[in-house]
Amino acid sequence: MNETEIRDRVIKTLSGIVPELDPHTLKPAGNLRDQLDIDSMDFLNFLIALHQEFKIDVPESDAGKLGSIDACVEYLTQALRQRAQA
Amino acid sequence: MPRLGADMTAGKVVKWLKQPGESIKRGDIIAIVETDKANVDVESFIDGVLEKILVQPSDDRLAVGTPLALISAEAGAAPAAPTATPTAAAVPPAAVVVPEAVTPAAAPPAVVPAAPSPKKPAPTVAGARARVSPAARKRALELQLDPAALAGTGPQGRVTLADVERAAQGAPTQPGPAGPVAVKEAPTQPGPADSAAARQLRMREAIAAAMARSKREIPHYYLACTIDMKTALDWLTERNAGRAVTERLLYAVLLIKAAALALREVPELNGFWIDNRAQHSEAIHAGIAISLRGGGLVAPALRHADRLSLDELMRDFQDLVKRARAGSLKSSEVTDPTVTITSLGERGVDSVFGIITPPQLALVGFGTPRERPWVVDGAVVPRPLLSATLSGDHRATDGHRGALYLAALDRLLQQPEAL
Amino acid sequence: MAKMTYREAVRDAMREAMRADPLVFLMGEDVGKYGGAFAVSHGLLEEFGPQRIRDTPLSESTFVGAGIGAALGGMRPIVEIMTINFSLLALDQIVNNAATLRHMSGGQLGVPLVIRMATGGGRQLAAQHSHSLEGWYAHIPGIKVATPATVADARGLLLAALQEPDPVILFEHATLYSQEGESEDETPMQFGRAALRRPGKDVSLITYGGALGKTMNAATQLAEQGVEAEVIDLRSLRPLDTETIFASLAHTHRAVIIEEAWKSGGFAAEVSARIMEGAFDALDAPVARVCGAEVPMPYAQPLERAALPQPEDIVKAVQELI
Repeated sequence: MNETEIRDRVIKTLSGIVPELDPHTLKPAGNLRDQLDIDSMDFLNFLIALHQEFKIDVPESDAGKLGSIDACVEYLTQALRQRAQA
Repeated sequence: MPRLGADMTAGKVVKWLKQPGESIKRGDIIAIVETDKANVDVESFIDGVLEKILVQPSDDRLAVGTPLALISAEAGAAPAAPTATPTAAAVPPAAVVVPEAVTPAAAPPAVVPAAPSPKKPAPTVAGARARVSPAARKRALELQLDPAALAGTGPQGRVTLADVERAAQGAPTQPGPAGPVAVKEAPTQPGPADSAAARQLRMREAIAAAMARSKREIPHYYLACTIDMKTALDWLTERNAGRAVTERLLYAVLLIKAAALALREVPELNGFWIDNRAQHSEAIHAGIAISLRGGGLVAPALRHADRLSLDELMRDFQDLVKRARAGSLKSSEVTDPTVTITSLGERGVDSVFGIITPPQLALVGFGTPRERPWVVDGAVVPRPLLSATLSGDHRATDGHRGALYLAALDRLLQQPEAL
Repeated sequence: MAKMTYREAVRDAMREAMRADPLVFLMGEDVGKYGGAFAVSHGLLEEFGPQRIRDTPLSESTFVGAGIGAALGGMRPIVEIMTINFSLLALDQIVNNAATLRHMSGGQLGVPLVIRMATGGGRQLAAQHSHSLEGWYAHIPGIKVATPATVADARGLLLAALQEPDPVILFEHATLYSQEGESEDETPMQFGRAALRRPGKDVSLITYGGALGKTMNAATQLAEQGVEAEVIDLRSLRPLDTETIFASLAHTHRAVIIEEAWKSGGFAAEVSARIMEGAFDALDAPVARVCGAEVPMPYAQPLERAALPQPEDIVKAVQELI
């Protein structure tokens, strides 16, 4: 899975939580909570959806590392690579 | 048309889920009704057989109290063939008029009188009577509406004849293009005339009516206390650390559970103000204020919040938020809350002094836990501090009871493992 | 139909009545040689002579009493009291005699007397010469009270009053005498009926006499703001045509009552109470009143203007109701 594919799937996953999300105006490096007015329930649901999409469980202690689209892509890229190596 | 919340005056039938001739158990979902706030699954309040559907799904807004269907109250009776002449006329069919939201669900009598007038709304104390013009009052009586629950547009917020007529015909739909945001996963597509903007407007009107009524009728008192959340948050972090993402608890669940348990200790805050007196509720159904995407707010019930385990509560909470935002709540969830809990902690608010949802007796509010200096055993230490507030109806309780409640809440949150 | 002033219309009506009925005569202060304090009777002395156009001493009680006596004796007198302010000197005759004799004689003695007087303020005549006490007279059973506010009514109501078997008081607002308008009614006007001066659907403006013009002016301003005001001219304060008022309220649901008199105990209060009694369920707002300020009438023109209801006050009162 290359980075572009990961990015597309992250955005698709997120739009399941935030139906009105517009991928063209979403800033990749911008804070998700601020941009999309999501609350902790939405964010938890996002983590659950990522878990279902990528089969990767984000530990609670890592939740803070998924603050933006770029950050999610980076985190997932690494996690997928580690899983492939393991 | 059931009154699904104190502020509801009219609704649309979206869909029937039972057909004539079908047996119905109490609690079965028989229809979907669209209120100003959401699509709501309407549950039957009696056992019987669905005799006849009186109103087909349409965009017509029907006043609360309008009969929607006839249910014969013969529990367990064989469903009559649709073509058969109903011979069992000994028991006249009952009109489906779900009692007022707050009426205790007493066992229904064998025969419910057809189309009873809706119960008068919770009356107001002398001197605090809602401003409703005589003409509006008369017309509302004819239409079986509660004029006190409408948003008044006259001087000093007076409900006028035009407001009543508008409520009876359905709120004004703003002309203009259909809203760009379609409601996703709604059970049915809203009609073309029913733009998102019009729904927004109606929701605002419904909130305006309920909140204005609250401030008009309820003499609020407000209390606040600061709670040291270190123990609770440490416990939560530890508990969540070892768990898969699907098993985690949100910290809000701790607050909801503690708020519900504290009500057991101060039951005077749980229930309703009806007929000029407090009517306490045995059950604790926490109305959770849930903000909706695109604006607006609903506060459906997490039923029996005091009795559920934290995991059960988390599951129900997640489900409730999801359905609230998708616009598919059950009628019991909309009508049941005995208290409201609001947390504005998501956006860094220090504290919230909420407006009570009439006819409830209290509202519990939570702000954001923040690291601040705190004195523990004579030393200043950083602690995550949370402001918890209580808005109480001073007709029902006094500040002293409210203070006991907040003290109980604080104590409960210091023992998260016991929640 | 003819265009004439209010003053000419009153004069025409008196002339017509005196030509038609030899029992009709006019008496009052300065009505003869001087032609009337407001020139209403100008020229009548020449036509009808001093027997029928009689100048009286400055003694209101006396000449009103004489008028009552003449009416009891079978005449149809018209008594002009120069202004309402001086009518207070004749109150005993009006209230204790004119209003009561039919009742006290068991119906044997009617007093078919017409009393005309100028009323109201707005002419810088200060606190003793600007009263609007029509409501006081309307309080008294046994007399009828009318307030012609248009040229047509000045003529029509006077002729109708002369058909009444009991005392009638006509209040002619002093600012109206020079107003021009059509005098058309050949058919006798029916006494005791209000007139719809302007149809509307948003609010009923109920007024009478000198306040009608200001009310019509206010209605025009309101129309520019999209508010359609209905204007009702009561014309008769006793009997009061509540039927017309209620019919208007049935579609406007809001009422503003406008009069020059002071608010406390004024006639607007009576109209308001009748609306509560008879049209409560039609109301969509509290009944509002625009009345004179509760002060003795100031002399200074800006103060006098401020003390009297003005179109902008009426517009404001309506805006607060809608």
